[in-house]
Amino acid sequence: MATTADAAATEKARPHTGDELLIVEDLKKHFPVTRGIIFQKEVASVKAVDGVSFSVRDGETLGVVGESGCGKSTMARCVMRLLEPTGGRIVFEGRDITRLSRASMRPIRREMMMIFQDPYASLNPRKRVGFIVAEALEVHKLGTESETKRRVQELLEVVGLSPEHYNRFPHEFSGGQRQRIGVARALAINPKLIVCDEPVSALDVSVQAQILNLLKDLQRDFGLTYVFIAHDLNVVRHISDRVMVMYLGQVSELADRATLYREPKHPYTGALLSAVPIPDPVKGRERKGIVLEGDVPNPINPPSGCRFHPRCPRFREGHCDVDEPPLNPMGDGHLVKCFYPLERWPLTEEEFRSPGRQAVAG
Amino acid sequence: MALLEVRDLKTYFKTDDGIVKAVDGVNFSVEKGRTLGIVGESGSGKSVTCLTIMGLNNKKNTITMGEALFNDQDLLRMSPRRLRDIRGNDIAMIFQDPMTSLNPVHKIGNQLREAVLLHQDVTKKQARARAVELLKAVGIPRAERRLDDYPHQFSGGMRQRVMIAMALINDPDLLIADEPTTALDVTTQAQILNLMINLQKDFGSAIIMITHDLGVVAETADDVLVMYAAEVVEQAPVEDIFRRPHMPYTWGLLGSLPRLDTETERLVQITGQPPSMLRPPAGCRFNPRCPYVMDICKQVNPPLEQVTGDPGHLAACHLDEETKDKEAAKLLAGALAEAS
Repeated sequence: MATTADAAATEKARPHTGDELLIVEDLKKHFPVTRGIIFQKEVASVKAVDGVSFSVRDGETLGVVGESGCGKSTMARCVMRLLEPTGGRIVFEGRDITRLSRASMRPIRREMMMIFQDPYASLNPRKRVGFIVAEALEVHKLGTESETKRRVQELLEVVGLSPEHYNRFPHEFSGGQRQRIGVARALAINPKLIVCDEPVSALDVSVQAQILNLLKDLQRDFGLTYVFIAHDLNVVRHISDRVMVMYLGQVSELADRATLYREPKHPYTGALLSAVPIPDPVKGRERKGIVLEGDVPNPINPPSGCRFHPRCPRFREGHCDVDEPPLNPMGDGHLVKCFYPLERWPLTEEEFRSPGRQAVAG
Repeated sequence: MALLEVRDLKTYFKTDDGIVKAVDGVNFSVEKGRTLGIVGESGSGKSVTCLTIMGLNNKKNTITMGEALFNDQDLLRMSPRRLRDIRGNDIAMIFQDPMTSLNPVHKIGNQLREAVLLHQDVTKKQARARAVELLKAVGIPRAERRLDDYPHQFSGGMRQRVMIAMALINDPDLLIADEPTTALDVTTQAQILNLMINLQKDFGSAIIMITHDLGVVAETADDVLVMYAAEVVEQAPVEDIFRRPHMPYTWGLLGSLPRLDTETERLVQITGQPPSMLRPPAGCRFNPRCPYVMDICKQVNPPLEQVTGDPGHLAACHLDEETKDKEAAKLLAGALAEAS
């Protein structure tokens, strides 16, 4: 009920102008929880993604943040059609791809690629780098053997490796270099959209900076569009044009980067921001953080009303735990799923805990 | 007298390809009630330093030199029996990965109790009570009931809390935390860091915090040790490291950090990779990656020297102080200008 309202709110806040590369509407992915061995009976479902709507314009980067288990990776896999969505619509370049068959997906797969989190697990250890990068070219039958080889060597140079690395195996590279191979593989077929699922989370800060700079340069040079998933708010802020905050399978806030970091409206975003350590011993320690208690609840049985209410410092009994807040437009495409959005930022701890009188009614 | 005094610590590993100098002449000390942060990239020797102090390296292929004086006793020359008494009792360690550092087939209550029973002369019942007390102290709800749960029944943050409870159960004087929050979400990280700071206040333990996150160091440490390629390249009180960093590698680390309090279009990156410790570069080990490299850097490894004007601040770099001050000021001015 509220999710369709959310979709409508998204429509209102951001009318489709035609330059959206990807539109996702009310996306749902529920994993069944079964009991029994022969006669499997569905007893419950994990609502990993539960009504997510957003759009990504050509050439922009949409950052997606949230804690582990908030459904950001599942969402990415659904968008890539690596998982079958349970409900909702995915429109890529104006074409509904939600129910396309494998065969009709194939030409579309040339336009979207993915970079994975773990550079150790995402490269086949038994294949040479040349093969790993060229595989997509071969699958899509692009170019002859010698053209492919030339293209791969060119790609290796683009991502800052040497063309001589063509015949090496993944284990001969460090983590950062492996992630570069992952980037080269994603670039091979000139995709329009690259979904990056925590591409720098497993790397050291110095290497992380190298990969982030590389991704930015590539975006500028090749006009790429990114959906960039991370749990690190600093990283997301550095690379994104707009940022979407997810909590328990739903969008809790969506805004352009400057707005989200300067004036977050959702208490969850506020809590996330205040949890990030600041590399400045003076500034960092005088700042009073709102420390969220507990963990992300179980998505099999999400809390009633607003899903964030059991951990929310602004929780109002009888309202937040009863009604689900809609995704309210706050102007300029800023969407917030909260009855008591933050009045300003930063807030003192007390202000954070006691929302002002002016409740924004859904 | 410092609680732990490490002098010229060297750890070499014998491998098939030759000797890897994983730690090469490290000096530092930790006082009671203080926190020492050790930062550096993977492979810089920060974890090996602590494993050596704890005597946890494989004896067969390790050469250890130097001294690690804990309450005036050298941990490196202690009998294994005596070391076992100290380990887990006076010195405790929290490992990075809470998923793999608990035994998956034992209930956490038994694992916690074991730690008490090994070191204290108490009954099982008392040990159990102590386990409950600690689980409560680290903020695990319904502690009595959770004693009978297995590690897989806890989330990542909760497991890390169990690890901390286990480390603190014997009131250690020194707690070594090896990347205790790296595998966790920011919200959980904030919970765990707050917890450690509060526990330090209550128990007065000294903490060695190993991390690659300068944000974590800024929020928790009193003193900082920057390690690069098995050596300490800069050492200072935490304010000085962030106010007046005096080593190009530290600048690189500070610059490559995307931060919330400033806006940068492009991160400063340290080019290249850390060197192989089988054949470290001649001269200053950072010279192949250093943008300020001079001829002398390729020949002479700079010693760790006192930085004028900052007591307790040591840095190893050939650059003259004037240039260093200018560059450090530039780096920080950049951060400040963009913040406003």
